[in-house]
Amino acid sequence: MENCWKGFKGESWRETINVAQFILDNYTEYCGDDSFLKGISPKTQKVWSECEKLLAEEAKTGLLDVETKAISGINTFKPGYIDKENEVVFGLQTDKPLKRIVNLYGGTRMAEKALDAYQRTVDEDIKKHFWEYRKTHNDGVFDVYTPEIRKARKAGLITGLPDAYGRGRIIGDYRRVALYGIDFLIEEKKKDWAEIDVSSEENIRLREEVAEQVKALEEIKKMANSYGFDISKPATTATEAVQWLYFGYLAAVKENNGAAMSLGRTSTFLDIYIERDLQNGLLTEEQAQELIDQFIIKLRLVRHLRAPDYNEIFAGDPTWVTETLAGMVDEKRSLVTKNSFRYLHSLINLNPSPEPNMTVLWSDKLPENFKKYCAKISILTDSIQYEGDDVMRNQYGCDYAISCCVSAMRVGKQMQFFGARCNMAKALLYSLNGGVDEKTGLLVVEGIEKCEDEVLDFDKVMANYKKTLKKVAKTYVDALNIIHFMHDKYAYERGQMALHDTKVDRLMAFGAAGYSVVADSLSAIKYAKVKPIRNEEGIIVDFEIEGEFPKYGNDDDRVDFIGIEVVQTFFDYLKQLPTYRNSVHTLSLLTITSNVMYGKKTGATPDGRKAGEPFAPGANPMHERDCSGALCSLNSVAKIPYCDCCQDGISNTFSIVPDALGHDEVSRIDNLVAVLDGYFIQNAQHLNVNVLNRDLLIDAMNNPWKYPNLTIRVSGYAVNFNKLSRAHQEEVIARTFHGKR
Amino acid sequence: MMKAIANIASFESMGLVDGPGVRFVVFLQGCPLRCAYCHNPEMWNFNEKKQQYSAEEVFAKIKRYVPYFGKDGGVTVSGGEPLMQQQFVEELFALCKQNGIHTCLDTSGSVEVTSDVLDYTDLVILDVKAIDADQYKDLVGLSNVNFCKFVKLCQEKNKKMWLRQVIVPNYNDTKESVEQLKEFAKTLKNVDKIELLPYHTMAVKKYQQLGIVYRLQGVADMDKEKCKQLEQFLK
Repeated sequence: MENCWKGFKGESWRETINVAQFILDNYTEYCGDDSFLKGISPKTQKVWSECEKLLAEEAKTGLLDVETKAISGINTFKPGYIDKENEVVFGLQTDKPLKRIVNLYGGTRMAEKALDAYQRTVDEDIKKHFWEYRKTHNDGVFDVYTPEIRKARKAGLITGLPDAYGRGRIIGDYRRVALYGIDFLIEEKKKDWAEIDVSSEENIRLREEVAEQVKALEEIKKMANSYGFDISKPATTATEAVQWLYFGYLAAVKENNGAAMSLGRTSTFLDIYIERDLQNGLLTEEQAQELIDQFIIKLRLVRHLRAPDYNEIFAGDPTWVTETLAGMVDEKRSLVTKNSFRYLHSLINLNPSPEPNMTVLWSDKLPENFKKYCAKISILTDSIQYEGDDVMRNQYGCDYAISCCVSAMRVGKQMQFFGARCNMAKALLYSLNGGVDEKTGLLVVEGIEKCEDEVLDFDKVMANYKKTLKKVAKTYVDALNIIHFMHDKYAYERGQMALHDTKVDRLMAFGAAGYSVVADSLSAIKYAKVKPIRNEEGIIVDFEIEGEFPKYGNDDDRVDFIGIEVVQTFFDYLKQLPTYRNSVHTLSLLTITSNVMYGKKTGATPDGRKAGEPFAPGANPMHERDCSGALCSLNSVAKIPYCDCCQDGISNTFSIVPDALGHDEVSRIDNLVAVLDGYFIQNAQHLNVNVLNRDLLIDAMNNPWKYPNLTIRVSGYAVNFNKLSRAHQEEVIARTFHGKR
Repeated sequence: MMKAIANIASFESMGLVDGPGVRFVVFLQGCPLRCAYCHNPEMWNFNEKKQQYSAEEVFAKIKRYVPYFGKDGGVTVSGGEPLMQQQFVEELFALCKQNGIHTCLDTSGSVEVTSDVLDYTDLVILDVKAIDADQYKDLVGLSNVNFCKFVKLCQEKNKKMWLRQVIVPNYNDTKESVEQLKEFAKTLKNVDKIELLPYHTMAVKKYQQLGIVYRLQGVADMDKEKCKQLEQFLK
């Protein structure tokens, strides 16, 4: 091992696994500008143009190919190549690029639906195994689900639950493969295994899990071997480090089909290897960029088999290969390296793309040159999301990464039980309608008093709403406890968990949708006169609003704090309920693109939103209601507390027209940097930045062929605009574009 | 002394094109000029009472945006013509300066300065309607006497200035006209920047709604590219 680590500094990371310490001991902060960056290499050009052909082919039908004769697993596929001669990073999910995997451990229903949609069927033999002999995660969940959960799920009160496929959101510390080699990781796990006594159910489960982890590590080694690499020892060069790390990630996406399969925080780690090789004359800057570009290409090819209705929740075939860049070590030192630039530069060399989901941990103390480079790339590509490093570092230290869109976790030390989200606006309607669904007329939440008033009274509504939320919280916690119990049992992520500490901390991530609808609705009830309109059955189906009321998104405390009170209350109710494996409760304000689906399933709300109209995404103010200017809008969102409330993230998507950002490129860059600084100084957590005109999107909607690479940030992730459904495109176009006059 | 109460047309919390950096912009109601291309005709009438604020009240709003100002940004007062309410502007800018906030006055210079407002102004953005006296009058409906006085005062007080001119097709979109502006700038010290703003027709609807005759009816938007080319003559 010592030979592989030649030139590296520090001691403590050598004896026990400690990647964070290795990084701190060895990385070189870069404060210079982007002038060192190199263009696309001839080899990369060739590989990428092959991929572009395949991607264009895939775009026609939504699916290029799917393997039906084998199912998910680290070693169930032969090695695959794009253009072997020109590739410098190797490995594909299956034996061919973009060929998708059937994963049945999460459930057979979802897989079957997806295959049906593309007129495919799985091999008879496999069918027999899963449909007859083997129980799945999905089967387990539905054996235990309560009637309350089933009703809430069906009504769209709690949706997007990972009960029919992989839960995802787990980030393996893939860097460990490169730094220590597989053999050392196996040894460490075996030591852990031996130390776990078998005196409790929890311990027996853990001991079995660790045994599984060891097997998975052996399999990863074997998989690498099939590509001609021996990864038993640590990587000795930058090329090997990228390759070893990628094998770790590749095993994860061969074995799992979670909604979000994020990469972690790899760029600064890999920079250490690149710097060492550059200094020893083993690598040129051209080769370093080539290595990163080719790694990025591989990440762009990750696919999962999805049923068409999945697209309603998560539009555009996203995979959330989220890479977390930059951030600070402390008040003075940043984790920006040349490799932070190289990753972002791939958006220029390989054209903009939604994946990997480039996430910059922002602090006003980051090197000025890097901040400007980020702003420049945002303006050019609309492909970056920003997250507040100061507020998160405070909670997670300096080696955390973002999973999916906004979920922070310490790499290799924490994992998350993903929990989708609850429709807060629907819950508000239930509190008025006695728990009866406004669309179906069915009783979903029992024991809620029906509102008979002619004019809604704020105090009464709020009290009843809280009562409803308390009941919803119970149903929600029950659902997640069941789901994650079953997922651990039937679809355990052995390869990913092998790249975590054995004594891992677990987070349970709840979510809330419809934040702005709820805040505005309660504000209308408080400050205007809201009269419910009832149908023949006495169910409130619409509202009449007289007078003005403060709206969320205008930096007006009167409404902003109503929203905060609601989420804080909901979170307190959740926290009171015990969780599976003592996981720590967290809450997000994030909808991804499900704001459209939630809106469709929700009746008219007291804020004036009509039945079926989309919600605003995440924590965004409602479309066009944030009319006092962009910074007011940002300030309203920045007020929502992250620590001890929305600690799984507060998603905000911000669109500004280029002309409003400044007269010329230099001032646009400087202004965007200032806006980001100002937002995150206030401990805000997340911002997607789009710099574009609404007209451009309308043109793209009508003439998609003109904009093959049009990438925009939607909600916690970026998407190729052409891949969105018409309903999603229209919702994006209806959002506020700051600066248009 | 009585505190001035301003008649304010609107606020923009993120002005990114009205001075350096990110700026909080206060648009004051009322303007003595009637520029042919004015895109804010709703701000002409000083007697139309919109929102009334004291300098302290406006400053309380501004404080919410200080984190965004960074090293370049600050507060811009625009309009309308801000000099019509110069006592208020002076009070507001004095508060800004006490708190280390950069101040910028976006003006046509068409009202005589009778206060100390310029002593609290870091940057003057001067809208140069036209250099030629007749053309000026034709365009705005008033003589350029106050404008010339204002320029002189800025020179005496050594004020940093940006010059701006709206470029209208077939009116002043010529090399000669732009060079005239350049010559004028040469006679001034402290001019940091000259911006040419392409004329646009987005305000036409407002005129219809307000029932005001639009003098530039039928004139097309100024081509942005051509405007950029004209900027070359400023170098």
